[in-house]
Amino acid sequence: MLWDKERETLPRKELENLQVELLRENIDYAYRNVPYYKKVFDENGITPAAIKSIEDIRKLPFMTKDDFRDNYPFGLFAKPLKEIARIHSSSGTTGKPTVVGYTKRDLDTWSDLVARIAAACGVTDDDIVHIAFGYGLFTGGFGLHYGLEKLGATIVPASSGNTKRQIMLIKDYGATVLVCTPSYALHIAEVARENGVDPKKEFRLRIGMFGAEPWSEQMRKRIEDELNIKAYDNYGLSEVMGPGVSGECEYQCGMHISEDHFIAEIIDPATGEPLKEGEYGELVITTLTKEALPVFRYRTRDITKLTKETCKCGRTTARMDKPIGRTDDMLIIRGVNVFPSQIEEVLFNIEGVSPHYQIIVDRKGALDTATVMVEANANLFFDEMKKQKQLLDRINYELKTTLGIDVDVKLVEPHSIERSMGKAKRVIDKRKL
Amino acid sequence: MDKQQYKITQISVFIENKKGRFYNVTRVLKEAGVNIRAMSLADTMDFGILRFVMDKPDAAYRALIDNDFIVKKNHVLAVGVEDRCGGLSELLKTISDLDLNIEYMYTFVNALEGKAVMLFKFEDIDTAIEKLLNAGADLLKEEYFRKI
Repeated sequence: MLWDKERETLPRKELENLQVELLRENIDYAYRNVPYYKKVFDENGITPAAIKSIEDIRKLPFMTKDDFRDNYPFGLFAKPLKEIARIHSSSGTTGKPTVVGYTKRDLDTWSDLVARIAAACGVTDDDIVHIAFGYGLFTGGFGLHYGLEKLGATIVPASSGNTKRQIMLIKDYGATVLVCTPSYALHIAEVARENGVDPKKEFRLRIGMFGAEPWSEQMRKRIEDELNIKAYDNYGLSEVMGPGVSGECEYQCGMHISEDHFIAEIIDPATGEPLKEGEYGELVITTLTKEALPVFRYRTRDITKLTKETCKCGRTTARMDKPIGRTDDMLIIRGVNVFPSQIEEVLFNIEGVSPHYQIIVDRKGALDTATVMVEANANLFFDEMKKQKQLLDRINYELKTTLGIDVDVKLVEPHSIERSMGKAKRVIDKRKL
Repeated sequence: MDKQQYKITQISVFIENKKGRFYNVTRVLKEAGVNIRAMSLADTMDFGILRFVMDKPDAAYRALIDNDFIVKKNHVLAVGVEDRCGGLSELLKTISDLDLNIEYMYTFVNALEGKAVMLFKFEDIDTAIEKLLNAGADLLKEEYFRKI
């Protein structure tokens, strides 16, 4: 369903004109209200008049997480704190947290854009939505909450943790929509079955809205099968807003970006040069309507591609693919670029492989080694060594064909790979580079 | 002919090649009151396959599954062999002459007076039973393993 038919189906020419106009206004607004932007724009000769077409955005320098850290905590805010209605921030496990702020109008826009992606995948005001994202500084919980509230759905704000209780709530309150990370959705299904609850029969779920971590098509199939739902991907990051930047429609063919609020570009992560439509590269986002925190050409570190073809659903907005990885979790093993998502796809294509795996990268002497740990189960265990070896050889062969490098495959006992409540920890890099 | 009586239930367990894993399996079996009659371990660098013949295979199977082990149940044949020089060689010649394919085998020594017992996993267990009985081999019945 189209939540904002006019905006979501604007002819591309009109959409781009709107983007240029908003970008000019935003440059002027940021220049006048944020000393950091005044300095950067002056240094690069950026004025609203310098933006004549959408391509002129390339005159602006990129922003990264470091710009947030350098201006910690509120240096990038364009409004006085009195007008800031809410603060969110990252966990800050890798340094100073990234702090973001929202005015009342920003919160309203955010809810509206989340309502868009929810409506796009078929959620209506008749739905009961179970939200298992953490409520707190993380944008996932509150972001989805207010958007779905705006849509008119009934919300169960379960927050994260205590999986058995989550299962009881989903079952007893008859949730029809599940909101969480894709790996947690599989964990819920697994724990439910272990506790004698058949998710296919005893849950009333019909839709899953999953995000906050990369996942593959194979994982989607598995979730859809194990929970008997349609699983939809959505995307966002706190630096530019939070969830709701883009989301899939009923055709599950890429996530529609709300381009009346964001400009999306794809660049070569190594050179910063723009890439052609359809090429994989790093996603760069510019906000067009954020009041509290305008952001220009923010490097998301997510690797994806864009298409601007009109979708079967009628939306004219650009669609982005599921990110296949992040520039910073791209592993370079013996000089070859490897994304954990590629390994995941290979594993999920092999009948009976459990969704729990981990990749351990190490260095022996001068040589990188990669070991893929896969949890064994009754489908993967054969009484005969010959058959057992055949299976391992097959996994090995498929990985080598896909990745172009040799990796070791190791079967480990069930439950020996750590389960996560939030983002799954797929890679352990022990190399000291 | 009742072939079932010759099919000895064997339990195979997947274990990681890590300290204490083998012990954990035997501890679970002990707590389930199961006596191991024969066993073998096939090992690789990373993992092993433990194979057991026990007095109470069903109880052992349940206990291992309940303790999150990966377990398979299957059937092997037990053949008595003269405990003297050439005993095993004669039996293997018979098997070879009968054109039976062995997947793997292991021994169970102090079973019968003057005899050793070999446990065989054949590719085709029913054909193996038929041919071995015809050839006069000393096939042990499953009930033998039930009593101590």
